[in-house]
Amino acid sequence: MSNQIIQGILLGGYYALIACGLSFMFSVMRIINLAHGSLAVFAAFALWWLASRFHIPPFVGLLIVLPLMAAIGWALQRFLLERSARGGALLPILTTFGLAIVIDNMLFEQFGADTRSLAPYIGSLSYDSWEWPGNIYVGKLAVIMFATAVILLGGLQLFLTRTRLGRSIRATSEDPDTAGLVGVDARRANAIAASIAMVTVGLAGAFLGMRATFDPYAGAPQLLFAFEAAVIGGAGSLWGTLVGGIVLALAQTVGAQVHPQGFLIGGHAVFLVVLFVRLSTSGLGLRGLLRLPSRSAS
Amino acid sequence: MSLLSVEDLVVRHGLLQAVRGVSFRIERGETLALVGANGAGKTTLLRAIAGAHQPAAGRVLLDGADLTNVPSHKRVGMGIALVPEGRKLFVQMTVEENLLLGRTASRPGEWSVDRVLDMFPNLKPRRHAKTGHLSGGEQQATAIGRALMSNPEVLLLDEVSLGLSPLIVDRVYAALQGLMASGTTIILVEQDLSRALSVSDRVICMLEGRVALEGPSKAVSRDEVTKAYFGLHRKSPGSVPA
Repeated sequence: MSNQIIQGILLGGYYALIACGLSFMFSVMRIINLAHGSLAVFAAFALWWLASRFHIPPFVGLLIVLPLMAAIGWALQRFLLERSARGGALLPILTTFGLAIVIDNMLFEQFGADTRSLAPYIGSLSYDSWEWPGNIYVGKLAVIMFATAVILLGGLQLFLTRTRLGRSIRATSEDPDTAGLVGVDARRANAIAASIAMVTVGLAGAFLGMRATFDPYAGAPQLLFAFEAAVIGGAGSLWGTLVGGIVLALAQTVGAQVHPQGFLIGGHAVFLVVLFVRLSTSGLGLRGLLRLPSRSAS
Repeated sequence: MSLLSVEDLVVRHGLLQAVRGVSFRIERGETLALVGANGAGKTTLLRAIAGAHQPAAGRVLLDGADLTNVPSHKRVGMGIALVPEGRKLFVQMTVEENLLLGRTASRPGEWSVDRVLDMFPNLKPRRHAKTGHLSGGEQQATAIGRALMSNPEVLLLDEVSLGLSPLIVDRVYAALQGLMASGTTIILVEQDLSRALSVSDRVICMLEGRVALEGPSKAVSRDEVTKAYFGLHRKSPGSVPA
């Protein structure tokens, strides 16, 4: 059983990684990005394309893809989300939903329906493992993913609390109007936040491609896992996202133990239980649902 | 040249014309009090000077430079800082973080977190407390400190006494007195008429979006201001303004 728990926790690192961008975007910009999973798959395809076409190993390819994702984040915010956010809270959700469909089908048109993976391009890392005491084998890639998640979430937390730019981003998320009055360029802060979110999406896409397979329509399940991890952990906090990812993964692992097809059901069940507990304790509404800190001023 | 001049400023909230052609100038080091009834347009005027509202017509000039199309965050960098009505702190953030945010525009100057804490000693023990948990007086002190952190040329104070007990208001004004004496240019909105007249060099009374009375605070009588405040100075009493 301890083996399952350890594997579950490590898998949780992957879920935290993929939920990180979704949670960050929601907590900072109040935008639920339904194109999140599709953008991760897009990053995976970009890495795959670089690897298969130009023989650039995925870890090197990240040096190209992550800046590209940052640029995409900036452009998304400036040209799409900022405009749609003016139309109310619902419009960005619909916009990103549409964006997800556009990305999925563009990928399908370009790359076809074949299932791809980055595993062939990372050598033995895709199946190498370490032996831990107690005859437990852990995949090197899983450990790297978990470490990346911890470093990324911790780094983001430090960035938000300790740096001037991080404070500006938090101030903008709390009250953009007043942020402007103290000298913060709210548009710039939001665009930078979107860039950061997309960089985390790029990382998540890379690990998606390395640990498993993907195809043009693989975005939706990724979005679902990200959403579940974010909601379980409480979308307001970054460390909560890590906890949410681990809880989701443990539930899936336990579900798979109970029944071979229980993997997904276990995750969904825990998600729904958390959801209903949240609903009943904090009153109905999306705000309470996602455990948002109240925004009431003074 | 005047430090700040407002020329024929018109600001609308949708169909409502909140500020209707207001003009005034303020010299460096002067303290100007804006008085007027609720809805007279004082807050809108201050927010338009700070850049939070786009004027429909007219200009705002700082040191002769036209600010009309400059967004609010850039105006902070040029030396205009607003202490907004209702304080508008970032309640999820600590006192120190709120103060540090005030320094975003990086104007050179002498204000630092420690100096603000020296000015408002009651904030010292609350330095790392979230501002949402502070008392009204502490919040107001933080809001003033946050504006000062940008080392402003002109400090706009919107109803700093709102919702505070008289004792705390005294304390806030005692702290501001040093600021006024040091030559900071201040425009303040204040509901308490005698306080507004006692701390300012000049007073402007607004009525329905217009300047109803302007004069040196020492020279105008309370009575004159009261008349302007309620619109009693008009030739034809009871007429509906256009």
